[in-house]
Amino acid sequence: MSDLSTDAYWKANVRIITICMVIWALVSFGFGIVLRPLLAGIPIGGTDLGFWFAQQGSMLTFIALVFYYRSYMNKLDAKFGVEE
Amino acid sequence: MDQFVINLIFVGASFALYIGIAIWARAGSTSDFYAASRGVNPVVNGAATAADWMSAASFISMAGLIAAVGYGNSTFLMGWTGGYVILALLLAPYLRKFGRFTVPDFIGDRFYSQTARLVAVISLLVMSITYVIGQMTGAAVAFSRFLEVDNTTGLFIASAVVFCYAVLGGMKGITYTQLAQYVVLIIAYTIPAVFISLQLTGNPLPQLGLFSTHTASGQPLLQTLNEVLLDLGFNDYTGNHGSTFNMVLFTLSLMIGTAGLPHVIIRFFTVPKVADARTSAGWALVFIALLYTVAPAVGAMARLNIITTLWPQGIEGEPLAFDEKPDWMLNWERTGLLRFEDLNGDGLIQYYNAANPPARAVEEGWEGNEMVLFNNDILVLANPEIANLPGWVIGLIAAGGLAAALSTAAGLLLAISSAVSHDLIKSIINPAISEKSELLAARISMGFAIALATYLGLNPPGFAAQVVALAFGLAAASLFPAIMLGIFSKKMNSAGAIAGMIVGLGSTILYIFTYLGWFFIPGTNMLPNTPDNWLGAGLGIGISPLSFGAVGAALNFITAFVVMKLTAPVPVEIEQLVESIRVPKGAGAAVDH
Repeated sequence: MSDLSTDAYWKANVRIITICMVIWALVSFGFGIVLRPLLAGIPIGGTDLGFWFAQQGSMLTFIALVFYYRSYMNKLDAKFGVEE
Repeated sequence: MDQFVINLIFVGASFALYIGIAIWARAGSTSDFYAASRGVNPVVNGAATAADWMSAASFISMAGLIAAVGYGNSTFLMGWTGGYVILALLLAPYLRKFGRFTVPDFIGDRFYSQTARLVAVISLLVMSITYVIGQMTGAAVAFSRFLEVDNTTGLFIASAVVFCYAVLGGMKGITYTQLAQYVVLIIAYTIPAVFISLQLTGNPLPQLGLFSTHTASGQPLLQTLNEVLLDLGFNDYTGNHGSTFNMVLFTLSLMIGTAGLPHVIIRFFTVPKVADARTSAGWALVFIALLYTVAPAVGAMARLNIITTLWPQGIEGEPLAFDEKPDWMLNWERTGLLRFEDLNGDGLIQYYNAANPPARAVEEGWEGNEMVLFNNDILVLANPEIANLPGWVIGLIAAGGLAAALSTAAGLLLAISSAVSHDLIKSIINPAISEKSELLAARISMGFAIALATYLGLNPPGFAAQVVALAFGLAAASLFPAIMLGIFSKKMNSAGAIAGMIVGLGSTILYIFTYLGWFFIPGTNMLPNTPDNWLGAGLGIGISPLSFGAVGAALNFITAFVVMKLTAPVPVEIEQLVESIRVPKGAGAAVDH
C-alpha cells in the first residue's frame, strides 16, 4: 500500500472516530448530565429524558456506536485493501 | 432442603465446572499462557471480557451505590461502560495489530525505552495489586455469608480454585472459565431482578419496569419513590444534588481509567484479527450492559421495597415493630452489615433522615433514625430474600457473587504475572531465557501473585475502598495517555512519553494523598477533604480527589507534547512501526514475533 493511500485510510478513520466520539460525549456528558435541564420538559416514567439517558440511553447508544464503527471500518478496510 | 445445603450445591457445582475447564484448557506454550494462542472467538472473548471486567464491585456494590444516591451515582453506569467506546475506537484494534502479550510490551517497544517499560510495569503492578485486594475480600464476604465458613477458610478455598485454572491454563484456562463465570453471574443477577420488576410493576424487563407504573400506588415507580423519600426527609431520587462539574469529571475519569486497565486490555490480544478486536469490544459492551442496565432498576426497586417493608402502612401509618422483622433482616444483622437500635424505646423502627426530620418526628418524639447501619453491599445479595424468592435463587446469587469476584481476580493475576515473567524477566533481566523457562517463570509468578493476593485478602489494608479509586486514577493518568499517544501521535518520542507518564502518575498520587492522607494513613492529609478545600474551589469548580484521574491525564498529555518539542525526534523505524499498527493487514503474521 502506498503512503498516499495509507494517509487517506488514516484520515477517513480519524474522521469517523471523531464523529462517534462527539455522539459518545453528547449522550453521556451532554444529555445525561450538563444538558439535562434542557430535556426536563420531556417526561418519561415519572422522571425526565435526561435521567433516562444517564441510566439507560447512554449505554444503549454506546453499544450502537461500537457496532456502527465496526461495520464502517470493515467496509473501509475492504475499500483500501487492508483487510485480513 | 436447608438453605445452607442449597448454597453449597450451587457453589460446589460452579467450582467443579471451573476446575473441569482448567484441566481441559491446559497451556502448552507462552502464547497459550499469555494470549490463548490468539484463537479466541470474538463473541466468546466479549463474554470473557465482561466477566473479567465486572468485579465484586459491579456485581455486589454498584446497585447499592445507585440506590443510596439515585441520579448522582449514574456516573458509575456511564463511566464504566463509556470506557469501552474508547477501548473499541482508540486502543484495542491497534494494540491487537501490534501483536504483543502485555501493555508494558507495547509501551517499551513503541517508546524504544526500557525506562518507559519499567514505568509501565510499576503502574500496572500498583493498580492491579490494589484492585485484586477488593476481589479477594469480596469473595471472602460471599463465602462467610452463604457457606457459613469463616473468612480465612473461604479465602483459601477461593485461592485454591483460582490457582488450579490460572496456573495450569494461563490465559487459555482463564478465558473459558470467565465465559462460564459470565453465564453464572448474569443469570444470578437477572433472575431476582425480573421477579422484583414483575412484583412491583408487572413488567418482566427491569429496564422498562424502572420507568413503568408502580402497581401498588398506580403512579410511576420513580414518582412514588421520590415522594416517599421526600416524606422521610431524604433527597429525592431522580434529582441532581451534587456538583455537575464533578459529575462530568468523575465520569470522564472512570471512562479513561477503564480504557487504561491492563487486565481488560490484554483480553483483546486473544482474538485472531484486528477486525475481531473491534467486534469483540462491541460484544463485551453488550454483555456488560445486560447487567448495567438492570442495576439501576435493582437499586430503585430495592430501595422502595426496603422502605415499604419498614413502613408497611405507608409513611403516615405505624412503622414496622422490632419483633416483626422479616428473616432477611435477622440474617444480615448477624453479619454486622445491618443494625437496628430502638433509640426511643417504643418497640417500633423509625427509619427517616434525622438531619432533616419530617414534622411527625418532632411531634411524636422520635430519637433518631433507628436503622442505624445499612451497608450498601447488602442490597444485591439480600435482594432475593427481600423479594421472598425461593431458596435456589439465593444459592444462585452466592455462586454469582463468587463468579464475579473470581473471574476478575484471575484476569488481574494474569496481568500481574505476565508483567513479571514477560516484561521484567524476559524483556529486562534475561532476554536469552528459553520459552520453556519463561512459561515456568510465568507459572511461578502466578503462584506468587495468588499467595500475595490471599495474604492481602486476609489482612486487608483499612483503606481498600479508597485504593480502588487510586487504581482508576492511575490507569487514567498514566497508561491511557501513553498508549493513546503511542498510536495517534507518530512524532511522540520516548522522553515525552516518559515525562508525561511520570507527571500524570505523580500529580494524581499527590492530589489523592493530599486529601486522603499519605498512603491513606488517617491524619496525614495536608488539607481537609471537603469541597471548599479542593483545588479550584474558589472558581466554583473544586476537583474531588476521586475525579482527579482526568486532570492527571490532561497534565500527562500536555507534559508529553512540551517535552517532545524540546528533545530529539523519534527514530524513522518507530514512525514506520506506528504506520504499520494503524492498518489491520498482517495481524496474523504479528503472532509469531
